[in-house]
Amino acid sequence: MAFKQTPSQTVGPFFAYGLTPEQYGYPFASIAGATVAGVEGDAVITVEGRVFDGAGEAVPDALVEIWQADGAGRYNHPADRRASNRTFGGFARCGTGTDPEKRFVFRTVKPGSVDGEQAPHISVIVFMRGLPCHAYTRLYFPEEAAANAADPVMASVPEARRGTLVAERLERDGGIVYRFDIYMQGDNETVFFDV
Amino acid sequence: MMADRDWNSQPPYIHEGYKSTVLRGPTKPLVPLKHTLSERTGPVYGHDSLAENDADLTKNGRRGGEPIGERIVVAGRVVDEGGRPVPGTLLELWQANAAGRYNHDIDRHDAPLDPNFFGGGRCVTDADGHYRFYTIKPGAYPWGNHANGWRPNHLHFSLFGPSIATRLVTQMYFPGDPLLALDPIFLGVPEGARDRLVAAFDLAITEPDFALGYRFDIVLNGRSQTPMEG
Repeated sequence: MAFKQTPSQTVGPFFAYGLTPEQYGYPFASIAGATVAGVEGDAVITVEGRVFDGAGEAVPDALVEIWQADGAGRYNHPADRRASNRTFGGFARCGTGTDPEKRFVFRTVKPGSVDGEQAPHISVIVFMRGLPCHAYTRLYFPEEAAANAADPVMASVPEARRGTLVAERLERDGGIVYRFDIYMQGDNETVFFDV
Repeated sequence: MMADRDWNSQPPYIHEGYKSTVLRGPTKPLVPLKHTLSERTGPVYGHDSLAENDADLTKNGRRGGEPIGERIVVAGRVVDEGGRPVPGTLLELWQANAAGRYNHDIDRHDAPLDPNFFGGGRCVTDADGHYRFYTIKPGAYPWGNHANGWRPNHLHFSLFGPSIATRLVTQMYFPGDPLLALDPIFLGVPEGARDRLVAAFDLAITEPDFALGYRFDIVLNGRSQTPMEG
């Protein structure tokens, strides 16, 4: 008997009370918020950005998820047998509908390299009305130029488009902010991966 | 090895009948990505993520009364492409109420909100991949995609599966709904794959003197070959 994939469908515009209830003020506990569970102290960074449609408008009803390793490059998951830090959740979720600038804003830590071969990176997944399947991309760090140049995933991307995967590093209010704007279309269309 | 998304099963990003895709779907080819540990891992939310009544939407939104509408049971199995159950998988569910109105500030459909129906819930699959929700059958509602456009009755589901590579957000539809043949979101799925989104009425899930039952099995991307031992 064949088991064929269940087709994906759009998350729609009204996902908030089901997926991000606390962020939007609903009386229902969220399984995850915009702060990765277990982050604290000086190592906390902000990752923020907007999702732009083909008309250059910031999308107010997108849902963005991130998944990443901890500062030592370990995933909080049974498949990562090195994992010993089970307090760092690695996952966060944020809708773009509660920020005046339509941003997603995450608080997390900068991940380490997961295998010594890949550059530090964060997996980023985008959902929204008008997107029948989620879109998968990766955020890389601008100060890791040498590691990025040696990264096998980055190397699989046409050279002219690699820059869309690299965040901008800012210092603001004494903290480090990585800005990662996502362009669904246009000359600067973000690279999305077939995963 | 993990199998990739099967584009004979998955809707393309741009489907002109569904207007919002035209400005929101990526236009450049996806870059193939051989799965690394980053794609073979993902967040784990098990039974300890659930609160009482999270899987019973007929109860979790009550404020002194019963929700209005037809009670239903929605149950099924989550499996991978090899037919193996995916235990411990969190399902998140959200939907409109019986009148076709979402519990959301930007839903402007002129239909009543139900003070006793929240519309969101979650549950976790058991050791055999089974899940079970109690809820209210959602109503159809109009949308602005095209003249006299109405969404078929549907439930939204979100699942992680074992990794980011198995991440899925989908919709479950009801058998015999006349709006399916007119719905650009449903029709955006390749023709041979659409029926996988339509639940089956199931008397074995139906509870006597209580609620009709619908079976909706979900197949996640994933291993299609039996893994070798050792």
